[in-house]
Amino acid sequence: MGLFDYFNANRKSAEVAKERLSILIARDKIQRNRPSFLPQLQDELLAVIKKYVDISQDDISITLDRDADCEILELNIALPERACQREEKSAEPEPPREP
Amino acid sequence: MTKIIVVTSGKGGVGKTTTSAAFAMGLALEGYKTAVIDFDVGLRNLDLVMGCERRVVYDFVNVINKEARLNQALIRDKRTENLYILPASQTKDKESLTMEGVEGVLEELKASFDYIVCDSPAGIEHGAFMAMYFADEALVVTNPEISSVRDSDRILGLLASKTKRVVENRTPVKEHLLLTRYSPERVLKGEMLSVKDIQEILSIPLLGVIPESEAVLTASNQGVPVIANSSSEAGMAYHDCVARFLGEDVEMRFIDPKKKSIFSKFFGGN
Ligand SMILES: Nc1ncnc2c1ncn2[C@@H]1O[C@H](COP(=O)(O)OP(=O)(O)OP(=O)(O)O)[C@@H](O)[C@H]1O
Ligand SMILES: [Mg+2]
Repeated sequence: MGLFDYFNANRKSAEVAKERLSILIARDKIQRNRPSFLPQLQDELLAVIKKYVDISQDDISITLDRDADCEILELNIALPERACQREEKSAEPEPPREP
Repeated sequence: MTKIIVVTSGKGGVGKTTTSAAFAMGLALEGYKTAVIDFDVGLRNLDLVMGCERRVVYDFVNVINKEARLNQALIRDKRTENLYILPASQTKDKESLTMEGVEGVLEELKASFDYIVCDSPAGIEHGAFMAMYFADEALVVTNPEISSVRDSDRILGLLASKTKRVVENRTPVKEHLLLTRYSPERVLKGEMLSVKDIQEILSIPLLGVIPESEAVLTASNQGVPVIANSSSEAGMAYHDCVARFLGEDVEMRFIDPKKKSIFSKFFGGN
């Protein structure tokens, strides 16, 4: 695909704008409604995992996502190569919580 | 009961001051005693749009600091009865707007005014926060542009959480969407977000749509709020907004492209 294909002449720019905005605003809302305990939860998890595997702050990420009408708390921990064959391991999402 | 209306947007340059001036004059023309306050400390320009810059002696911050009395700082509009302007300070910094100071001035105004219109500065910092904190209703000024719509959404979040009405557990600030600088022609061509798109995304009631209009610049050149130009589309659109705000049922105008001819309408030409 050439660079110029990004300016898709067949697609109205207003349509593109609306699509981008809808996604953007949904994400902003999630950020805004993020429970304030997330950073602390991340710190504490890091402390526990560090007892067993050598990881740093950057290797662990917690995101809260909204899917249709349920919220998903997603925990991602990137383990160093030696500790694990796979680069990344995802924990099971928690059951949906009330917003 | 006096109503405090904040004109806010988050994003800069979308038409807050233009709207504050027009709306305040519109309310005054309907017979309501109205004060319009410039909260943009350091960058005042409501006085320019209202055409009273040469009559500014004292300002909002002087009153807060008790260097002047309120009625020394209020400027009476020469054209419209019932309309008064409280200019912002050009020299002080935004922190001069203390919570107690602002509340004191608003309380004093409440004793004799029906409406107080607060022209918010751009951003979501202290000045914008002070302008919205005491509001009963909000005009959320939005341009049909991604960044403006996003910022409006941000402001709606603040209105719903960081205002006195919310803190005191009263009914939240009543929000009105005011779409400005709208070009129906560009919307038709698919080059601009439509009223419907924006309303869907922000989901607050639409107060009105102000079309992109050359009359706005002309009006600000002359120091006359554009609502005074009753033959301009923007002037008429602001007039409609004020009427709707006061509870009248007025049909939306200027949201469809101007019809070229009856033939193009019936035979599907452009
Ligand atoms: N409906 C309109 N049609 C054309 N131009 C407009 C319209 N509304 C506002 N403008 C122009 O947009 C510019 C910004 O307007 P204005 O000063 O009212 O915005 P603002 O939101 O108060 O800006 P700031 O955030 O800097 O306070 C001005 O030059 C004004 O003339
Ligand atoms: Mg302004």
